[in-house]
Amino acid sequence: MHEISLAGGILQVVEQACARDPFERVTHLRLQAGALAGVEISALRFALESLAPGTLLEAARIDIDEQPGTAWCLHCSQTVPIFSRLDLCPLCEGAPLQPTGGADLKVVDMRVV
Amino acid sequence: MCVVCGCSSPTTLGAPQVHPVSGDLHFGAGAARVSVPGMSQERAIQIEVDVLGANKAVAQQNRAHFASHGVSAFNLVSSPGSGKTTLLCASIVALRKRAPDVSVAVIEGDQQTSFDADRIRATGAPAIQINTGKGCHLDAPMVARAFAQLDVHAHAHAEGHSHGHDHSHAHGHSHAHDHAHQLAARAILFIENVGNLVCPAMWDLGEDAKVVILSVTEGEDKPLKYPDMFAAATLMLLNKVDLLPHLRFDLVKCIDNARRVNPGIRVLLVSAETGQGMDAWLDWVLGVDVTA
Repeated sequence: MHEISLAGGILQVVEQACARDPFERVTHLRLQAGALAGVEISALRFALESLAPGTLLEAARIDIDEQPGTAWCLHCSQTVPIFSRLDLCPLCEGAPLQPTGGADLKVVDMRVV
Repeated sequence: MCVVCGCSSPTTLGAPQVHPVSGDLHFGAGAARVSVPGMSQERAIQIEVDVLGANKAVAQQNRAHFASHGVSAFNLVSSPGSGKTTLLCASIVALRKRAPDVSVAVIEGDQQTSFDADRIRATGAPAIQINTGKGCHLDAPMVARAFAQLDVHAHAHAEGHSHGHDHSHAHGHSHAHDHAHQLAARAILFIENVGNLVCPAMWDLGEDAKVVILSVTEGEDKPLKYPDMFAAATLMLLNKVDLLPHLRFDLVKCIDNARRVNPGIRVLLVSAETGQGMDAWLDWVLGVDVTA
């Protein structure tokens, strides 16, 4: 349920952007969620839809790109894509892997009028 | 601004507006002064901002603030009922005997009630309760506000050091050295997060380490079910180990599971009830090198 807090954080980012460079409303918002960010996409979408009315995000189209995480495999000595912290290395099917990326939720860009 | 390269000219993509007299083509001449294919009068704003960035910034301020006051801060996370508060009360009592010159304070996070802070205060340690209302986790601004009210903070200011810091990013280690000698002792701040193995994993509070507490009355598969939390923690305390003889809890498997999501996690077995393992836990809290 932390997705509600994250939705509030997203609105805050949008409002800060509006304060710097005023616009009327957002028509299209693009987010990027790493597979290790701990974000449930459908819950985040629901939270954003609940929050949007009466804000800059009202009626905005929201795209959420889910990006794979990355991890360093000690056996293969290379970076491999993973989709959860429980994944094994896709090359050697070994463990453990050290996650190195994909733990962020980002606002990438938006279109505004 | 041009959204392609960031220059001050309108971008040269998309359908242009034709000047009625000269026939000049003006790209991006709409109200927004920007044009991108398929966007009509909309304009694009590049952001690339981490949604948790604002929290992380405050967490970094907290971290610098704790360091400047000689405070080691630990963020205790677990599911409800793991025995966090009982363990904390036992730790405070044991710390007082073990290291009487180290002050201990607690920030308690719960959705409602001040039951936990009351239990901590009964041990004689100062505590501030944060009620998050509907919130499922503590965040860095909540902790900043609570810390400002605690004695470990006020005490340091009352000692007469005139560092005049503005609680911003700027003050850091050099500042810490300036007045560290004026503090009577190091202080420990325990932050007991809202009982929840999911959400608190994502919010940095400015702590030195997250400590995840798992009681042996829960399943040994918890680290696999809630991997983000166990990945974020530096130390796992397996609590209530005095109950092991009465349970079917596979200790080795539990530790294997935790190390699968976090190969570097340290593990200590404790019982707040019998005191088992408390010395090793306090060694860790006080920064005494231990091999767990």
